[in-house]
Amino acid sequence: MRKINVQDITNAVAELCEKTNLTLSHDVTERIRECAENDSSERARGILSQIEENIRIAGEEGIPMCQDTGLACIFIEIGQECILEGGFVGDAINEGVRKGYTEGYLRKSVVPDPVRRGNTGDNTPARIIYEMVPGDHVKITMAPKGFGSENMSRINMLTPAAGADGIKDFVVDAVRQAGGRPCPPVVVGVGIGSTFDGCALLAKKALLVPFDEKNEDPFYAAMEDELLQRINKLGIGPQGFGGDTTALAVKIKTAPTHIAGMPVAVNINCHVSRHASVIL
Amino acid sequence: MQKKLDFPFTKDKLKELHAGDSVLITGTIYTARDEAHIRMLEEYDKGKALPLPIENALIYYVGPSPAKPGQVIGAAGPTSSYRMDPFAPRLLEMGMAGMIGKGPRSRGVVEAIKRFGGIYFAAIGGAGALISKSIKKAELIAYEDLQTEAIRKLEVVDFPAIVAVDPEGNDLYEE
Repeated sequence: MRKINVQDITNAVAELCEKTNLTLSHDVTERIRECAENDSSERARGILSQIEENIRIAGEEGIPMCQDTGLACIFIEIGQECILEGGFVGDAINEGVRKGYTEGYLRKSVVPDPVRRGNTGDNTPARIIYEMVPGDHVKITMAPKGFGSENMSRINMLTPAAGADGIKDFVVDAVRQAGGRPCPPVVVGVGIGSTFDGCALLAKKALLVPFDEKNEDPFYAAMEDELLQRINKLGIGPQGFGGDTTALAVKIKTAPTHIAGMPVAVNINCHVSRHASVIL
Repeated sequence: MQKKLDFPFTKDKLKELHAGDSVLITGTIYTARDEAHIRMLEEYDKGKALPLPIENALIYYVGPSPAKPGQVIGAAGPTSSYRMDPFAPRLLEMGMAGMIGKGPRSRGVVEAIKRFGGIYFAAIGGAGALISKSIKKAELIAYEDLQTEAIRKLEVVDFPAIVAVDPEGNDLYEE
């Protein structure tokens, strides 16, 4: 059994908090650059160029790209041949978030109670998704999630009769209804199958898939392409002011489901599509 | 073409602006978002004065990230405006010049803008680092306990925005 001290997890999470809030991965910046060149609307090209400029300033000057540095969503894969020592892993992750958000001057956006509000003051607790996997590694993925786009996400417990068309219409409609609110151009994570809760998690995980990674199932790869085309024909455009760039990417994740069901969830992310991973 | 809007933000100056115009704003603006709106109007209803001079004021919907040592402010891009739709018509009626935020507004807000000759600017959502460069001074003036949601007085120079709803009620999101 491989031993890993949870202090290493704290440090990794703290570093990921800063990294994800100051920089975007190459696939995202590259797609924004392409759209800034090719959108047919002059206003859209102007906005996309300013978004590129924003990414440059953030990286060079160490200012978060967006003031909403998000609710810290942490996906942790724990190899079953690992022993985690030195404390509880959940506490270690939250300590990493506390450290990363405090020392990194990131915004504290977490309220302790959803109705009575307030602010926990250190952006904890994180939303932690644990997964047991084979092997002896620990993989931590951090995805700070802003709520301008999170608030525009939707779920629908479709039934089998709705078919693929029902799914596609629901996804396109979710983006249409969101309009200019979620800071388009958006990234659209789609979950299909599983249970009510499982479907939502699939949609969230779909947002982590690199843009240049093609869906390995040709059926869903084609669905992603079709959805992206339909969404970009809506004309919402960057910030909702018209143009061809309403979404940068559509990513689908699926899972087996029940004979009576075909749940579909749409998790919307803004153009500041932040996520990064570390393997220990 | 980029237009300029300088403090004070009088209704006469706003009339010169039209939906779709790119504008560089210079002068004093105030920050407020969800909790600050709820609190200031609750307090007002109990007889207390508003924590900011509302006449001709521009309110910026923002919850900035903390300033690092040597910085005026952290990232400071707009938050979604629709959450402030329930409060905006009242503030417009009290004389507020307008708002800076992102995303579409309700019909009620657009009608109030038209009725009172106000304005709604959109700043680029998710461009918090870029926008922070136009903020030259930030002073917390009320509700410190609300942290990022506290009310701040900002001095901005050439703050980039787009006229989303003009004083005639033309709405760029509807075009």
